[in-house]
Amino acid sequence: MQTVKMVVTGPFNAGKTEFIQTVSEIDVVATERKITSEAERIKETTTVAMDFGRITVDDNLVLYLFGTPGQKRFDFMWEILSEGMLGFIVMVDSTRPETFREARSILETFRAYAPTPYVVAANKQDSPDAWAVDDMRIALRLDPSVKLLPCVALDKESVKNVLLELLYSILEEMEANSRK
Amino acid sequence: MALKGNLRDFTISQLLNLIHLARKTGALTVDGPGDKAWAVFREGKLAYARMASEDDSLVGVLHRAKKISKAQYKVLKERAAAMSDKELGILLINANYLTQEDILESLRDAYVGVLERIFPWVEGMFVFEDGAPSLDGKITLKVSLENVIMDASRRLREWEQLQDEIPSLDVALKFADRPGVDLRNVNLSVEEWRVVSYINPKNTLKKIAAATKMNDLEIRRIVYGLLQAGLVEMVRPEGEKIEPRKPQLPVSDPEEQISLVNRIIHRIRSL
Repeated sequence: MQTVKMVVTGPFNAGKTEFIQTVSEIDVVATERKITSEAERIKETTTVAMDFGRITVDDNLVLYLFGTPGQKRFDFMWEILSEGMLGFIVMVDSTRPETFREARSILETFRAYAPTPYVVAANKQDSPDAWAVDDMRIALRLDPSVKLLPCVALDKESVKNVLLELLYSILEEMEANSRK
Repeated sequence: MALKGNLRDFTISQLLNLIHLARKTGALTVDGPGDKAWAVFREGKLAYARMASEDDSLVGVLHRAKKISKAQYKVLKERAAAMSDKELGILLINANYLTQEDILESLRDAYVGVLERIFPWVEGMFVFEDGAPSLDGKITLKVSLENVIMDASRRLREWEQLQDEIPSLDVALKFADRPGVDLRNVNLSVEEWRVVSYINPKNTLKKIAAATKMNDLEIRRIVYGLLQAGLVEMVRPEGEKIEPRKPQLPVSDPEEQISLVNRIIHRIRSL
């Protein structure tokens, strides 16, 4: 059986676990723990090692989706998780501008680990408090060439769109490399 | 759609930068420590601003700018109470009491002064409402935010914040690809020009600091200002050795790799 992996990263509470759960064919192997820090108590549990989802492509190929822990103190896991990834998705909570700077920093860190294709998903775009994607691009200081995609992690079509856009970027890079 | 947030997480400089770069039209309300500010922007330029605790009438602005005396302030307040600022402004100019430049300069200083005063606020809430609010009778201006952002950024002294923004001096700078921004129209200090003259993806910030004889804090302060104004971007220094981790694919032939990705695309589409 052949396997490939993609990584879903982003700040705490960006929606990484929901994103993977929405498309995974297995129950996500989540490593969630109750949150102990008052400052981070905006949800009950958080991922402390990784989330793990699976999509069977065909009889010979499986795609694994790994979600990174969002809390900074678990960032030692990031390098391990990024090993050999095909590409990565940076999830950003569109309703929490206080996390934009951290999202930018996570993006830079992952780029340093592995210069593979990536996309940025502006999650929670269905919320009335969501920042517009164009405003987020400026706030996140993203180059116009970087794909910044509106996303609702609980909506399957939206998640599919983000995955497909990343795959198109991977494909483009492969095709460009094969022409060299 | 309103942009709402907390200043602890999204600073005034970031907000102004967003308004400037996105050429936004709307009203920004900032509820800070002990006072409240309200500023109106049109296409990314400052049109009007006031502090809740101050008299924002033209008479009040001219008095604070020392263009009129306290006695004149009192008289005008009484006699021109029913007049709008525009009407009063025209009256003062026609009476050769003040020049148009006096009035516009005073208003500009007052409006920009509001932004300068809220710049250091790190506590409080902000709301930016899209759309032009009614400013009947008020005199509006078109103040470019580039220089306001640059000037106010220079005032930011907090070492932690600068270090947070620029965690390493091992990065280089390049000029941002932003059409319409002309460096000649931006007021740069001598120190900033010195740094600008060394901007090149080959020069790390550490090298620029050494060449310009600046310490870590000084170089960070200047680069922070240039970044906030959108004039430069941080880049990995040219020639730096990176150990790229290639994707681990189960097949090595490029054609097979492309086929593999196409299979995944096909599968995702069918979900």
